[in-house]
Amino acid sequence: MKRSSPSIDMTAMCDVAFLLLTFFMLTAKFRAAEPVAVDLPASRSELKLPESNVLILSIAKDGRVFFHVDNQKVRMNTLVEMGKLYNVTFTDKQIQDFSLTESFGVPIAQLPSLLDKSPEERNAIVQDGIPMDTTGGKRNELSDWVHLARVSDLQLSSTGEIESKGIRIAIRGDGFVEYPFIERVIETLQDRKINKFNLITTLKGAAGIGGTGAAEEESDE
Amino acid sequence: MSDIEVADKGDGKKRSKKLSTKVDMTPMVDLGFLLITFFMLATTLSKPQAMELNVPAKTDDTLDQTVVKESKALTLILASNDTLYYYIGIEEPEVGFVDFSQSKNVEPIIYDRQKAVEAQYGDKDELVVVIKAMAASKYKNLVNILDEMSITQTKRYAIGEFTEVDSMIIYDIIQEE
Repeated sequence: MKRSSPSIDMTAMCDVAFLLLTFFMLTAKFRAAEPVAVDLPASRSELKLPESNVLILSIAKDGRVFFHVDNQKVRMNTLVEMGKLYNVTFTDKQIQDFSLTESFGVPIAQLPSLLDKSPEERNAIVQDGIPMDTTGGKRNELSDWVHLARVSDLQLSSTGEIESKGIRIAIRGDGFVEYPFIERVIETLQDRKINKFNLITTLKGAAGIGGTGAAEEESDE
Repeated sequence: MSDIEVADKGDGKKRSKKLSTKVDMTPMVDLGFLLITFFMLATTLSKPQAMELNVPAKTDDTLDQTVVKESKALTLILASNDTLYYYIGIEEPEVGFVDFSQSKNVEPIIYDRQKAVEAQYGDKDELVVVIKAMAASKYKNLVNILDEMSITQTKRYAIGEFTEVDSMIIYDIIQEE
């Protein structure tokens, strides 16, 4: 009696593996290096954040705020405008480095020295967060960043340099941060007449319990 | 990989054995899956989930501020350690608290209040939930309560400021605890 060979032809499996690999490489986006870890709260909302033209304010567990704009051109333009407003000059190289910096959280006075550092050195230092206090006549820097990012987005989309239907603002807060920190960020946005924004969450594990998504969440007040 | 060869070719003469053209694919499969695993872990596949929040425009004009009738309101107060206080009415408030570590614990309160408002006004959407967060409360409590608003289909809710009046109302119940 003829015995069949115990070894299996792996070619098909290999094909599948590389097909999947190709799929993942093409569809996925690398996770941005975050200067701070944020433990997101869970919700049952099924609304997705748009992929492009978003402005994300991350709030760490200790209340530090980090600023993130996904579009590189908007990011560069915002930096230049902020430099003018605060009389901070940036070299071309610093501006170039900034366009590659996904997220940051330092007062603008410290930004040039942060940009001079290599990515490894940046990871090593603790960033203080973007200041919001207005004591002693200081400007609310977060408010200016948000405002100028919106202005830049509007300018660049009107000249056709980028495609945007207005920048979407989202708060990415740590679940364990105390409410007053969040409140201060929301107030900063309200002062800039931004009354509609998103809260980034993760999907709650228990699926199928009631949740109908955020479509009906808009209140009419 | 050796295949069982059928040696019998009739004439009985031994032929020179041809080298098999088959390559063992097993290590290549291993490599493929290793890379897949790497990409799955290193990348973000799904777009982040988001909730939408609308806040009223800031105004100094008190005339613009909405006043809610006592009989339509339900006030929820987020406090420290995942505790949620609630009260109905102001003159003789009905006060209570629930453990909010399980966010669905608050649902019976909202549903009861919806029924009461529906009985009085004929429409459960007349209910206005006022959410107030104490300084010691965590952001995740706020997200959870906003989530409960969509689960209980409460159309009208607002985030208010925690005031002296609120702390006086819930003071007694904190003492009892």
